[in-house]
Amino acid sequence: MKTLRDVKVGETAKVVKLHGEGAVKRRIMDMGITKGVEVYVRKLAPLGDPIEVNVRNYELSLRKADAEQIEVE
Amino acid sequence: MDKKLRIALAGNPNSGKTTLFNKLTGANQFVGNWPGVTVEKKEGKLLVDKEVTLTDLPGIYSLSPYTLEEVVARNYLVEEKPDAILNIVDGTNLERNLYLTTQLTELGIPTVIAINMMDLVRKKGDSINLKELSKQLGCKIVEISALKGEGVKEAAQAAIEAAKSGKTRPQHNFSGPVDHAIAHIEELALSGIPEEQKRWYAVKLFERDEKATEHLKLSASVKSGVEEAVKACEKELDDDAESIITNERYVYIAQLLKGIYKKKGKGELSTSDKIDKIITNRWLALPIFAVIMWLVYALSMGKSITDGGISIGTWLTDWTNDVLGGAWLTDGSRAILEGWGAAPWLTGLISDGIFAGVGAVLGFVPQMLVLFLMLCILEDCGYMARIAFIMDRIFRRFGLSGKSFIPMLVGTGCGIPGVMASRTIENERDRRMTVMTTTFMPCGAKMPIIGLIAGALFDGSTWVATSAYFIGVAAIVLSGIMLKKTKMFAGDPAPFVMELPAYHVPSIGNVLRGTWERGWSFIKRAGTVIVISSIVIWFLISFGSVNGKFGMVDDLYEDEDLVTDEYIVEVADRMGISEDEVEPMDDSILARVAQPVSVVFKPLGFGDWKPTAATVTGLVAKEEVVANFGIMYNFDARAQQAVDEETGEPLFDEETGEPIMEELDEEGSQIWENVAADFNNISDGHGKLAAYAFMIFNLLCAPCFAAIGAIKREMNSRKWTWFAIGYQCGFAYVVSFIVWQLGRLFVGGASVIGVILALLMLGALCFQLFKPYKEASKLTIQ
Repeated sequence: MKTLRDVKVGETAKVVKLHGEGAVKRRIMDMGITKGVEVYVRKLAPLGDPIEVNVRNYELSLRKADAEQIEVE
Repeated sequence: MDKKLRIALAGNPNSGKTTLFNKLTGANQFVGNWPGVTVEKKEGKLLVDKEVTLTDLPGIYSLSPYTLEEVVARNYLVEEKPDAILNIVDGTNLERNLYLTTQLTELGIPTVIAINMMDLVRKKGDSINLKELSKQLGCKIVEISALKGEGVKEAAQAAIEAAKSGKTRPQHNFSGPVDHAIAHIEELALSGIPEEQKRWYAVKLFERDEKATEHLKLSASVKSGVEEAVKACEKELDDDAESIITNERYVYIAQLLKGIYKKKGKGELSTSDKIDKIITNRWLALPIFAVIMWLVYALSMGKSITDGGISIGTWLTDWTNDVLGGAWLTDGSRAILEGWGAAPWLTGLISDGIFAGVGAVLGFVPQMLVLFLMLCILEDCGYMARIAFIMDRIFRRFGLSGKSFIPMLVGTGCGIPGVMASRTIENERDRRMTVMTTTFMPCGAKMPIIGLIAGALFDGSTWVATSAYFIGVAAIVLSGIMLKKTKMFAGDPAPFVMELPAYHVPSIGNVLRGTWERGWSFIKRAGTVIVISSIVIWFLISFGSVNGKFGMVDDLYEDEDLVTDEYIVEVADRMGISEDEVEPMDDSILARVAQPVSVVFKPLGFGDWKPTAATVTGLVAKEEVVANFGIMYNFDARAQQAVDEETGEPLFDEETGEPIMEELDEEGSQIWENVAADFNNISDGHGKLAAYAFMIFNLLCAPCFAAIGAIKREMNSRKWTWFAIGYQCGFAYVVSFIVWQLGRLFVGGASVIGVILALLMLGALCFQLFKPYKEASKLTIQ
């Protein structure tokens, strides 16, 4: 299973499914990462975590551990 | 109209909501907190119609039950039912902003949309068909520029009109199976709910929203009926109910915008993107961060501009302390009161008690205003979110936020603004944790204590100060790890999924207002706390009973009938000092109380009334610890005439011709010998260890009253304030205990019980540190 965590900086991926449950999952979806949306991985924080992505035309940062719950193709 | 209208202002964070609120209400604002939580609540009267109240809801992305801000907002909307919602929407970010709109329109409250930043949209060459959008969403849309104040009045008028118009039903629909299920739920479970709120509750029931379900108090059979409908729909669409709804909303918005939003420029980097490319660059981010932090610190609390530094804050604070606080308030008030022939106790109370205390608070104000000004700029321009982005990796291990870095940094100067700087942290749990641990950082006022101990017992060795910082940082890290596993902190989940807003030039109005709000709230709250506590401590030091007579000890000691030679012997005996060392303070309430209380500190190695009294007075201000040692070792009576530093000539006052006596210096170097002798005396010769334990206790225990006031303000809860203070004192006690008891294993004189207890405490600490930890996934609000 390929997740958002595996997507390299500068690449775009399409979200297939969100795993996990509860608050974090809902938050990720509330912020616009839902099935079918394209996510562009902009950069990595200087200390290697979290990551910055562009989704629905704005910048969002999320931790790698949470990015792992986002399945992409 | 006899009923006063209420309008709620709702919108995403960073959508210009605060700016719009300020423009709509002007100076008619009331800032407070939502009941029971640390979320700020603002209300104001509309400028266009003073009869209408505008409530600023917290900036939110959704109405989920998972974050405090969202729960606060939806409770207000569902339970208080305002007459209209003014929904501010960032035109440059329509998709995500309208996501909240689709939820707001379900509440059955008339909604007006104010689209902000349309000028930026046009600048990019894009266009939005507002007419069509308005028709599709079923709400009036007003185009505004909150920053320039354009369209703001029209938005307010539209909201007032909508408020008068009554109830609404949402226009948007979900896909077939979901719509079907929701209609079914409405019929099955919501017959008693007002028509306009049905959609909201039906969607919440469909999402299995626990908070809304609880509110409805459904019977078991209805519940299972609802669950059946939801399960059937979940099966059909192969996803969980919550995801289905979220998905459908975004799908609906995408569909909606297809014909309405015309995009022209594509792929081009905006100015904000270009700035961000440098500022959070993999290699440059940390150096730039360090420079910005250095600037914030140096400008607010660093070296004063008169000492070759760049700090305006310190310069003004020095002036306030020396001139305004010291000369005008304290000395001035004394001169006036004495001129009026006021009773000496009253003069003492007002000048030395209240004004000296108030002066101490006032002194911080300039530094704090400069600091808050810079923090507001960082917040307004968008850099604050980047700080969290950069520092998150380090701080999240200790249950803190990346933004906790600023309070900790500021805390090395003064804990009060440090505690207050934690307000920029969104997550309540992280914020509380930061508030609790910030004052572990050795602040400027604790430096003299370190200097005293280092000078008196360690030959001024620099490792004492170094170790103090190490202990401070370690205390924060260990506390963070231990506390996040406790019940108090177990409730709230802490997802770090954060928007990085576009950079923009900060608005002067917002920045100045934000600075003033924080500064004023400090002056008000901390001010009252410190005034009361200064009076109490002043009373404890000044009053006492001398030879059976109660009164001001200084006055009573002038009465030779009371202070007989036999009495002096008695006092000297009681205090364990020689007769010529006896002075009025030995009979004060503080000394009398400190004597028995000092037993508490016996297991820490400094169970004597002097360190105890010094620790207690340290609550007023940590500088007082050294000053108090000075008083207790009777420094004034032994002080020698001051000499000119260069010539070595004795100094005289120019006006009166009286000799100028030298003053106790900040680190108390003149009393080092006495301090060392005393610590050795009370600890069977292990003075170094006892003094070190004393220092640790004073570094980690409850901060000064002003800082406690700030903690109380930020916690917005008596329970949490006491928990914070109790934890700090308890932690300080345990660490000092371990150091003193285990330390004596190496220097000799260890007690078996002490060592066993210390090992038990150490074991408990380690257990809490290494205990496995699971992040909570549910939000619980007391």
